[in-house]
Amino acid sequence: MIHEAIPNLQKFVEPDRVHRLVYTDPDIFDLEIKNIFETVWVYCGHASQVKKPGDYYTLMIGRQPMVMVRGKDMKVRVLHNRCPHRGVQLCGNTHGNTGSNFVCSYHAWSFQLDGKLEAIPLMKGYDGTRMTRDNPDCNVKAAARVDVYRGFVFASLSPTGPSLIDFLGEARVGIDDMCDRSPEGEVEVVPTCHRVIQHSNWKFFMENQLDSLHPSVTHQSTGVAAGRVEKEIAAAGGKAPLYYHYLSTFASTFEQWDNVQTINFPRGHGVLKAYMGLRPQDPDTLAYEKLLEKAYGKEKMEEYLSRSIHHVLVYPYLSVQSPLQQLRCLRPIAPNKTLSEIWHFRLKGAPEAIYRRSLWYYNLVNSPATMVNADDLENWTKGQWGLESNGGDWVSFHRDYGRDVEKDGVIYSQKGTSEAVMRSQFKAWSKYMQGEAA
Amino acid sequence: MAATKKPAAKTVKPARKIWSKLAVARKPLVDKALRQEVVIRAGTVARTGAQRMAPDHSPRAPLHQPAANARTPAARAAAQSSGGDLQHRVEQFLFAQSELLDNKQWQSYIDRFADDGVYWMPAAPEQTEWEGSPSIFAEDKPMMRVRMGRITHPNAWSQAPLWVTNHIVGNVVIESESAKQIVVRSRFHMMELRRDNVRHFGGTYRHTLVRRGAGFAIKLQRVDLFNGQAPFDYVLQVWV
Repeated sequence: MIHEAIPNLQKFVEPDRVHRLVYTDPDIFDLEIKNIFETVWVYCGHASQVKKPGDYYTLMIGRQPMVMVRGKDMKVRVLHNRCPHRGVQLCGNTHGNTGSNFVCSYHAWSFQLDGKLEAIPLMKGYDGTRMTRDNPDCNVKAAARVDVYRGFVFASLSPTGPSLIDFLGEARVGIDDMCDRSPEGEVEVVPTCHRVIQHSNWKFFMENQLDSLHPSVTHQSTGVAAGRVEKEIAAAGGKAPLYYHYLSTFASTFEQWDNVQTINFPRGHGVLKAYMGLRPQDPDTLAYEKLLEKAYGKEKMEEYLSRSIHHVLVYPYLSVQSPLQQLRCLRPIAPNKTLSEIWHFRLKGAPEAIYRRSLWYYNLVNSPATMVNADDLENWTKGQWGLESNGGDWVSFHRDYGRDVEKDGVIYSQKGTSEAVMRSQFKAWSKYMQGEAA
Repeated sequence: MAATKKPAAKTVKPARKIWSKLAVARKPLVDKALRQEVVIRAGTVARTGAQRMAPDHSPRAPLHQPAANARTPAARAAAQSSGGDLQHRVEQFLFAQSELLDNKQWQSYIDRFADDGVYWMPAAPEQTEWEGSPSIFAEDKPMMRVRMGRITHPNAWSQAPLWVTNHIVGNVVIESESAKQIVVRSRFHMMELRRDNVRHFGGTYRHTLVRRGAGFAIKLQRVDLFNGQAPFDYVLQVWV
């Protein structure tokens, strides 16, 4: 047991339903921060966000303000954004370049880019005290563990627990799928981060990501509107660009959505399989496929491009939409408040047309003027209000309960709309909240 | 005996070389599942969403009617073409455009754009091209029609709460004028009331106008939000 366990867990989580308090209770949220967010491997950013020595990006791990920084040795580190002298934050902007050292704005203590003390003004004043240069208390504290997977930087504030590779498990396929789509096997961040506040518990987003019953209800208005214009363009003798299809598929029937399956991994991770058919045979795509074939051979190219992935969830905070190179990362703030950070990436070595195709998804679906998440956010806000009320105690996850097919710890939903997704996420949640590694 | 010299190593593609060490075997069942794809081909004509369950359902308030004292677009067009110097005519055009938003006259708003017109709100001030840039809005006229279709659909759930806006446009400066086009810069301030909350958005418009009849059409409207880099508390549903 690595942490305090939630008392009376069975009062809150049953196999087919959970108590509303897991979305609303401040004490439960505090324990989530401690047992989950400040324990597991948390995504900090992409290495290409900090290209040169001294480049930094600030971020939150749980409630800890951290800074991801590139060292003079070109290594990416994650440090607490805090001067060890009197606690003042060292980096005052969200990102930038700090030069060859961090220097505190209060008393000019300075630190190397790996966090080691560089100098203290009038050092003689510390003669005879315990604050000697070799005292580790003089250094900026680093995250307990930092690891990088194909350019994606993660940190854990817990010195023990699974390795990054073990933590990601099968959900690695999200990062692999994104990188494999580049002829160079790597992606590069596009340095625009959209940040949107969700007035809801972080679990709403995570559950929603693999919920295939909601799109045709919640996003029907956008799906129908896009489908109509798509048809108008076709009727006028044109062909609507692929991005109309990104939107029009939302208005499909319940039965169609029921065919889009989910795969649910241990630790709450999961995959919503693809449904948009993102492999058109236009000249741009064909040229791109040639590049991939040259880099990997025909067989691998086919394998990479035919992976059926819409997006991959790394529970409890990350959604990787690998075929369109987007990534959404949650930073929980309060039981009813969550910050989402939305990034997208370029496939290194891929043609501009392929980037632009994915950019449309970023602009239409993931921007702060999104025609899709506008209605999701409305649902989650109203959902949070409902769960804060005494109008009922239980949240139902009964759809297809008892019909999950589990093999080697992986649950394959027979029906796309099965609530196996939520049941699987709460299995992991329960383990974390009992103080175990999920 | 010394090891035989290996034949010149085949060039390994950098991508494979770098990542092969990470290639941890995936569970074959997962691989198999990932190879089975279901493609939803296109939007459907069948009933879907809430209408499938209750055909007459609509969560939203009645569609907004323009205030009785709002002048019709026709009256505005007449005012616009009726002489006055360019500065005055351009200002009247911008004021009328913002009124169309506040009155929710979406089709008239779209009509003010040239056939190849674009509404663009870049994500960052240094961006120069509307295509190929990460943007908050990047919409040509067909995509604007999608947005209009969305917010006027009976089941646009996020349109159910009270939602109104109030624009002020000012500081109108004509940057350049030629026979072909007029570039005009202005400042705006929009207050939005949604449910019980007021939000503020401010920034700069930069209109590239072309002449159409006696008036103008918008070839490009660039909108730089001065608070566009801050976290958005909820999102923007319609053009600002």
